[in-house]
Amino acid sequence: MKTRTVMALVKKNLKGTTREPAALFLVILFPLLTTVAFGLAFGGMDSGGTSEFTIGVVNMDSGPYDSVWAESFVGNLTEVNGTIVTHYDDNTTGQDDLLNGNLDALVVIPEGFSESCDSYWQTPGDSGSWINSTVELYVDSGSMIAGGAIPPLVQQVLLNTLFGEQSMSLELPIEIGSPSSVVVSDMTQWDFMAPGMFAFAGVFLIMTVSQTLGVERETGLLGRMATTPVTSSEYMVSQTLSNMILALAQVAVIFTSSILIGYQPDTSLAGLVFAFGIVSLFALTSVGLGLITAVLSKSPDVATGIAFIFIMPQMFFGTFMPLGALSESIGKFMPSGYVTHALTTLFLRGAPITTFSVWMDLLILAVTGIVVLVVGIVLFKKRGIK
Amino acid sequence: MSETAITISNLVKRFDDVVAVDGLDLEIKWGELFGLLGPNGAGKTTTLNILNTLLEMTEGSASVGGYDVVEDADKVRELIGVCPQEPSYYGFLSGRENIELFGDLHGVPKDVLDERIDDLIRKIGLEDHINRRAKEYSGGMIRRVSTLMALVHDPKVALLDEPTVAMDPVSRRAVWDFIRELKDNGMAIILTTHYMEEAEVLCDRVGIIDEGRLIALGSPKELMDKYEAEDLEEVFIKLTGKKLTEGV
Ligand SMILES: Nc1ncnc2c1ncn2[C@@H]1O[C@H](COP(=O)(O)OP(=O)(O)OP(=O)(O)O)[C@@H](O)[C@H]1O
Ligand SMILES: [Mg+2]
Repeated sequence: MKTRTVMALVKKNLKGTTREPAALFLVILFPLLTTVAFGLAFGGMDSGGTSEFTIGVVNMDSGPYDSVWAESFVGNLTEVNGTIVTHYDDNTTGQDDLLNGNLDALVVIPEGFSESCDSYWQTPGDSGSWINSTVELYVDSGSMIAGGAIPPLVQQVLLNTLFGEQSMSLELPIEIGSPSSVVVSDMTQWDFMAPGMFAFAGVFLIMTVSQTLGVERETGLLGRMATTPVTSSEYMVSQTLSNMILALAQVAVIFTSSILIGYQPDTSLAGLVFAFGIVSLFALTSVGLGLITAVLSKSPDVATGIAFIFIMPQMFFGTFMPLGALSESIGKFMPSGYVTHALTTLFLRGAPITTFSVWMDLLILAVTGIVVLVVGIVLFKKRGIK
Repeated sequence: MSETAITISNLVKRFDDVVAVDGLDLEIKWGELFGLLGPNGAGKTTTLNILNTLLEMTEGSASVGGYDVVEDADKVRELIGVCPQEPSYYGFLSGRENIELFGDLHGVPKDVLDERIDDLIRKIGLEDHINRRAKEYSGGMIRRVSTLMALVHDPKVALLDEPTVAMDPVSRRAVWDFIRELKDNGMAIILTTHYMEEAEVLCDRVGIIDEGRLIALGSPKELMDKYEAEDLEEVFIKLTGKKLTEGV
């Protein structure tokens, strides 16, 4: 592997992208325009739609009283339409799942919950003799709907538990602790879409790669290069490197342009570095799929069509398209879905870089990327230069 | 270094039922400029593509600089400079950048490369256009760039497939002078051409092939004497009863 050769080919590829209007459009201008257009269109819009809430419950109620009140509270919560209740043994695992996006909210029932309720009914009129306790509520700050809807919902369930269907304007021994992690007020639909933009741009590298290779094959350049000392690994490495560089440029373009139109990702420098890393790994998958597309295509024109077979599903199910719960499950099969998931966790939920799930996403992408790339290279070599 | 630059023995190449090369034997010496002549479909390009490692032969063997073109393809690629019949180049690069890229791919030292490219461009008369994008070039300009892409690393063996087609007479003569100079420096060169004048004034020896078989071999003068012909065109007609070229 000669560095000089690889660098010369990378330089050539990058010139090809920056000098060919069509390539430049696809790689840089298209993501830029999409970011600005969607950012402006959805930046002022509240997130809409309805969905089911997954609420985690940690029941710590115990002590001298049995925990009937707590059980009835959980029962009522479960009965509410549109909620799925999951039980956790301790606060930590619940918090982890909340941070990783598996939960919309986490309710922690305190130790003295039943005691509190009993004390109220013993002397409903004398607030001085109540035993106070606090139900802690944590809401996914990455979900605007959850942030708005869950606190009143829990409040309602609490009242129902204590009074049946009675009045709600009573004084209570139990209050809901302020949901500390909820950041609702200034979120717009765009904040939910922005993380998906990064994968969206990277998906189109499939087309760039298959076009480049198709043209080089059709014009005889691949053949011409095959008569020089350039090895196929040098050629492949140069293709991969140039597209990783393009992917990084895309991240920079999307990040900068979305900040300029007012997007404020809830992350640190480490989060941004992570974004560069995960997107460049995602580029491996795109290069691999681009190679496979080039193998399947007779000409560069055909490649455009075939590339969309790989682009469309990744675009619809793994980027920012808000298609509801089904798309989330399909997204698990889309490499782009992992980019979006990780960046949503970091940028939207404000999770720290140490969060386990984002590293899982990174690992899955790395493995997928390498496998797809290797398959692409093997198939491409097999088809040869004709 | 091997004694002969190129050795071809009993070379056969079949594409399905087409026999493109049919038992070719040839030896080309260092510093020899060899012209391969023949009508369309005679097997010239196929022969060159076997020598430049793009195609594998069906039978026989060939070596360049003593290296077998199949067994030691990597070694062969280091020795040769290849100008394909259809010029292939990057349209988005300038002429100079195309030439430079192939210099890089062959590992020509950077300082040598810049100077050499200046020199080559001057010799081949492209100074005025060399920094324009190659896709804007005329057919003759792109041929000249393509020839320099093949020769920028000063190869030991040059395999040039119709290097001067589509060139105006002035450019063609510039390329001839340039090729002669390379040959004088010891390079072995095979070129194919349809221009009989080119073969007569330029080549030390020519081989005329028809339907994949070598039907005449010698210096242009020897052949004309032997067949009592005015020029190579007439030699060919006498040999095959066919016209070698039409309307050129
Ligand atoms: N890839 C291929 N597949 C099938 N047949 C081929 C292929 N390449 C060449 N041929 C056939 O081999 C024969 C020789 O072709 P070749 O290109 O070597 O001719 P040539 O002498 O270079 O002709 P020209 O003067 O037109 O360039 C022709 O009959 C051609 O159709
Ligand atoms: Mg030919």
